[in-house]
Amino acid sequence: MAHQISHDQAHDPPNVTNPEHAEHHIVTPVQYSMVFGTLLLFTGITVWAAYVDLKVLNPIIALAIASFKAVVVILFFMHVKYQSRLVKLTVACGFFTFLVLIMMTLCDYISRSWGLW
Amino acid sequence: MPHETAVHEHEEHGHVFVPQHRHHFETEEQQREAGSFGMWLFLLTEIMFFGGLFFAYLLFRNWYYPAFAVASNQLSVPLGGANTAILITSGFFMALGVWAAEVRKRNILVITLILTTLFGVAFLGIKYVEYHEKWEKHHIPGAHFDVSEFVNPAAHGITDEQPLSPDMAQHTQIFFFLYFAMTGMHALHMIIGVGLLFWLTWRAYRGEFSSGYVAPIENFGLYWHFVDIVWLFLFPLLYLINRHPLH
Amino acid sequence: MSTAPNAISNTIVLLPDQATATIPKKNYITAEHGLLSWLLTGDHKRIAMLYLISITFFFFIGGAFAGMIRLELLTPQPDLVSSDTYNKFFTMHGIIMVFLFLVPSVPATIGNFLMPIMLGARDLAFPKINLLSWYLYLVGGVLTLAALVLGGVDTGWTFTTPLSTHYLNTHVITAAMAIFVAGFSSIFTGLNFIVTIHRMRAPGMTWFRMPLFVWSHYAASILMVLGTPVLAITLVLVALERAFGIGVFDPTKGGDPLLFQHLFWFYSHPAVYIMILPGMGVISEVISTFSRKRVFGYTAVAFSSVAIALFGFFVWAHHMFIMGVSNYSALVFSLLTMLVAVPSAIKIFNWAFTLHKGSITFETPMLYAFGFMGLFTIGGLTGVFLGSLGMDIHLTETYFIVAHFHFVMVGGMLMAFLAGVHFWWPKMTGRMYPESLSKLAAVTTFIGFNLTFLPQFILGYLGMPRRYHAYPPEFQVLNVLSTAGATVLGIGYMLPLLYLGWSLKYGEIAGNNPWQATGLEWQIQSPPLTENFTEIPIVDYEAYDYEWLEKKQKEQVTTVG
Repeated sequence: MAHQISHDQAHDPPNVTNPEHAEHHIVTPVQYSMVFGTLLLFTGITVWAAYVDLKVLNPIIALAIASFKAVVVILFFMHVKYQSRLVKLTVACGFFTFLVLIMMTLCDYISRSWGLW
Repeated sequence: MPHETAVHEHEEHGHVFVPQHRHHFETEEQQREAGSFGMWLFLLTEIMFFGGLFFAYLLFRNWYYPAFAVASNQLSVPLGGANTAILITSGFFMALGVWAAEVRKRNILVITLILTTLFGVAFLGIKYVEYHEKWEKHHIPGAHFDVSEFVNPAAHGITDEQPLSPDMAQHTQIFFFLYFAMTGMHALHMIIGVGLLFWLTWRAYRGEFSSGYVAPIENFGLYWHFVDIVWLFLFPLLYLINRHPLH
Repeated sequence: MSTAPNAISNTIVLLPDQATATIPKKNYITAEHGLLSWLLTGDHKRIAMLYLISITFFFFIGGAFAGMIRLELLTPQPDLVSSDTYNKFFTMHGIIMVFLFLVPSVPATIGNFLMPIMLGARDLAFPKINLLSWYLYLVGGVLTLAALVLGGVDTGWTFTTPLSTHYLNTHVITAAMAIFVAGFSSIFTGLNFIVTIHRMRAPGMTWFRMPLFVWSHYAASILMVLGTPVLAITLVLVALERAFGIGVFDPTKGGDPLLFQHLFWFYSHPAVYIMILPGMGVISEVISTFSRKRVFGYTAVAFSSVAIALFGFFVWAHHMFIMGVSNYSALVFSLLTMLVAVPSAIKIFNWAFTLHKGSITFETPMLYAFGFMGLFTIGGLTGVFLGSLGMDIHLTETYFIVAHFHFVMVGGMLMAFLAGVHFWWPKMTGRMYPESLSKLAAVTTFIGFNLTFLPQFILGYLGMPRRYHAYPPEFQVLNVLSTAGATVLGIGYMLPLLYLGWSLKYGEIAGNNPWQATGLEWQIQSPPLTENFTEIPIVDYEAYDYEWLEKKQKEQVTTVG
């Protein structure tokens, strides 16, 4: 099946190579260092916050800080900020499914003592 | 089928085929993207794998909060905090390694990979120290678990914890089980990672990743950072449940 | 070329002139020789064949257990085996059939073989991981056999706690490990498929030009990748609970047995969609080909596959309505279960509309497809009965459930698998199977199936519990009918083994496109070359474009040899 295809098409068929033309952005060591510093800083904050009695806010702050650190690692150390939409969507799907597991299972446990209808 | 080694004018999609090019891929770019995407999908499976453990933690922390709080205070914040910093540093060096591979600097790549490994091993070392301490204090769940410290803290010289009822004290076993299961599963992933690092460092030393073929370093980096992220959640959830007990 | 089918022919089969036709000398089977060339292959087609042999082996072992179950149930008294042994029968039957047969059946055999070809690629994205997948499957299979040989497991395939963790001393951990490993086999297959579909389509092969077979495998692969790891961690927890008694599932230590069930069914419900979706993909291809018509509502069928995958994650607790979940969450899950039935129904409607005004012929794959449509519809509708909270209280843990899932899995999925094997057999082997014998087998299977499982709906409704080896004598007639049906069904399944094996040596030469089907796989030789295509095709036509095919055939120059 010999086809006369254009040079462009042969070298960059739309869905084979780099379909979304995500750039080869190289994150610099300086950016990495800033991320590194941020992570250490927030680790310190999380430890400090644990020793302060904020009642119900304690676990919320701890999780929020952990999530922030995770997001920073994902975006910069793992380059997701500079990746194609597909990779971004993939990461989102992972967390979405994780949340479905947690939330919907929780819906049973939270409502158990209400079950005396 | 000989592969072309000449570079075409379409520079943005560079047609230089590295020796590691696989023939079922049309271009290097496609291979790299596929590899990266594949590693992300694998990480998704890891998220769901740890997810089950995180849910179990969530459930039992809610049901037995006093036991979890007291048991959590048995863990050492200096050691855990140091480990967090160590792992973050290890991740930092890994990221630098990826950069070094991308800019084709072999020596920097090797040094950063070695540093990544060293800090990873340091993490495991501290983990061993922590586990050993638990062993000595009979806080490993099972037949030899000792609840006396939780039922009667005063007798053990602990002044800032409330005593637990014997029933609730038994539930500290569930905390310790989750502690060992979650950090143990995490440590298993670290050990596998360290093993892979030895292999990758050796290959990097031989120059395999400093002429444009960066995929293994990039993809391993993704794995290593993921393992780091799991720890970023484990640390506050296990070590910092209630560090202000009697306020 | 032999004579074209005339206007009143009742078959679309078009084979090359048998006097001169031969299997192409160079193909993926003859490319390399020796056992190691198969055991260390990266060729997705060879791996598919390895899988086909392995899953057939496990299918017959699982089937043997089914035979033993039905044999015991011939009489109301527990007179054939002890209750413990009976428990082992249905457990091993379930474990083998679900994890070692149904889950890999279409994806790992037909999917592995065809996916790259349908997309115009030379192989899957990660051939070595594909091979690893097969080895993991084998390890899982060997461990299952080990559990069997060491004395078996009797927890039921669902490993429900605290029975599995505290009250049994059978080889639960071995079985759990077996499925843990087999699960990773499934994960890697799914991972491979997703990357291949996203990144390795041929030029011009847009998402909406892909065969629907690919769409359904894409949806199933998402479920494999996201759901199976939860099963993995659940099995680890069961093993740890058994080995160290940590108490996560033990009420006396403060644990919750229901936690196991939440985690287990979070995977095992999507698992049923992992099992059925690839089969639905096969049916789309078969119905289109044998009605000579494009699938009606391509977009709806494609999106419904993804919708099934998505909604499939939201309904798992409908397996737990009577287990102690709160009334509130039972209500929520029941409502969501109603939703998940909709995309499946959409497919049935679309297939029916495909048939409407099509030129229908009744070759064997089409017979299986018709069987699928009827039986899956019945199975699916009874699923809606079970999803209704009120009905489920009465029907759960009875034979109604057993009948329901056998209708969808055996009447549905297994028929789809057989349809697919028959449909693509000429492509995979270059040979046709004997049509009259295969039609006989298909009809036998259909009759045997209905005789086996229709009575079970009635039994369940009347209250006969599942997983019991004794029952009240008034249920005997229905049970005898069911066992008789099982015998017929068994014969129906043995026949393909025999004639497909026979066809490898004596079957007619098939040629490239015996069914005159559309799809890239039918444009290449049978069996295909190792690299699939001599030149990567450029796709500029839609899927199921029969006009394009007709035009191509008119312009085609017949070659010699």
